[in-house]
Amino acid sequence: MTEYNFAYLDEQTKRMIRRAILKGLAVPGYQVPFASREMPMPYGWGTGGVQVSAATLVPEDRFKVIDQGADDTTNAVSIRKFFERTAGVATTEHTAEASVIQTRHRIPETPLSEDQILVYQVPIPEPLRFLEPRETETRKMHSLEEYGLMHVKLYEDISQHGAIATSYAYPVKVEGRYVMDPSPIPKFDNPKLSDCPAIQLFGAGREQRIYALPPYTRVISLDFEDYPFEASKADHACDLCGAGDSYLDEVITDDQGGRIFVCSDTDYCRGRREAGHQGTQAQDAPMTTEARA
Amino acid sequence: MSTTPLLQVRDITHYYGARIGCRDVSFDLYPGEVMGIVGESGSGKSTLLGCLAGQLAPDAGEVLFDTRSDGLRDTLKMSEPERRMLSRTDWAFVHQHARDGLRMGVSAGGNVGERLMAVGARHYGDIRDQAVDWLGRVEIPADRVDDRPTAFSGGMQQRLQIARNLVTGPRLVFMDEPTGGLDVSVQARLLDLLRGLVREMGLSAIIVTHDLAVVRLLADRLMVMKDGHVVETGLTDQVLDDPQHGYTQLLVSSVLQV
Repeated sequence: MTEYNFAYLDEQTKRMIRRAILKGLAVPGYQVPFASREMPMPYGWGTGGVQVSAATLVPEDRFKVIDQGADDTTNAVSIRKFFERTAGVATTEHTAEASVIQTRHRIPETPLSEDQILVYQVPIPEPLRFLEPRETETRKMHSLEEYGLMHVKLYEDISQHGAIATSYAYPVKVEGRYVMDPSPIPKFDNPKLSDCPAIQLFGAGREQRIYALPPYTRVISLDFEDYPFEASKADHACDLCGAGDSYLDEVITDDQGGRIFVCSDTDYCRGRREAGHQGTQAQDAPMTTEARA
Repeated sequence: MSTTPLLQVRDITHYYGARIGCRDVSFDLYPGEVMGIVGESGSGKSTLLGCLAGQLAPDAGEVLFDTRSDGLRDTLKMSEPERRMLSRTDWAFVHQHARDGLRMGVSAGGNVGERLMAVGARHYGDIRDQAVDWLGRVEIPADRVDDRPTAFSGGMQQRLQIARNLVTGPRLVFMDEPTGGLDVSVQARLLDLLRGLVREMGLSAIIVTHDLAVVRLLADRLMVMKDGHVVETGLTDQVLDDPQHGYTQLLVSSVLQV
């Protein structure tokens, strides 16, 4: 343990990241540049989220990591172990017990509270990137609030697919000002961004950007009057715990076309099963979801 | 024709380092009037157009535009958000190469709809109806509305660019060689279309070109530029039929007769 400074990064780096976080909280949805460090993991594996977590953690924290909702996937397990070793913080798989939750591509189903911080891993922080490749131009578009182009993307979706086909990383407008990429969470999770009691921090390591949503921020998903935003999920209940209100993964169980739908949030699913809820396949399915990684 | 000019240009000067881009250019443009600017390559006509349209910052001069809300304003002294707002509502810019003015990865309907969405349209059905209507006006079949401009011919791309620019009902259109690079029969149809739209919508336009036939057809007045200076100005027919300045005489006599 003595080989590492607390939470791996040196104190000066953590101060620099905290300054970026504070600025991000002061200007919700604005992308703050920061001097992203090399981390002992490849870009794309959550280096932004890890740096934000490192700057946020204190020794008393209880830390949880999820990857697409699951606590037991490779990415989640390695990041959790990383902070167990370098920060010595307690860890947990229970959403309600955690004080800092690092997430990739999901918001937990269990509602968050005021004493929690949710840290997102973000691959591409710029929502306008695929419409306008020039960073100079996208920055200008943000500063001048020129967001017509974002609706061109949604228009294209409807004209090609008959509905807004964007199903993840669905663009949102924060407090009526900045358009923000909520990271690749399914659009099912978008409503949870808004008016959330917890602090939400977004870190993009390769792109060197941090942005944030302070508690109880108004976040609105962009849409058209005649094609309103819809938080969609598979039209099914969880086959393990019977939940009808959680986001589901479709799991192929054999090569005869057999499939089951299970909660993507493993902690939520387990909690429900421990409380006695059952889905149609509860008996023969494993308790963990390692098989679908 | 109204008595207040829509656009008043005063002593516009732009230098590229020590070289002159354009110098001391002044003119008035009245509502519904089409002004042609001709001259050879390097004469400063595109520089001038860039200065007027807010794409280049002139070193001296004023560009006064009669805005809808608060009357005559110097567009060069406007804040950037104001100027950008102007350039997607009251102004339009038709580029020589359609690729510069279109989003090639976005369908024709999306291209036309972009300006509507940029000024706040949020009803898909309405946006699409307007897009289809405008495609019809520029003679693009309605069933091509979901095709990308990459699937269009050069002439169609140019017409799409015009539709995209005119959909918000601008009052002033800047055109930089709108017929450049098109073959003559396509040019003729495009000019026909432009002439119709200009008359029908009462547009004012500034057309930069080196093609004298284009200005003969479209422009009411003509300005001839050489080495960054305006050497002659007047009614189009008058300038072309009775050129006074030596350079204009050379220009007019250089046109190939078929």
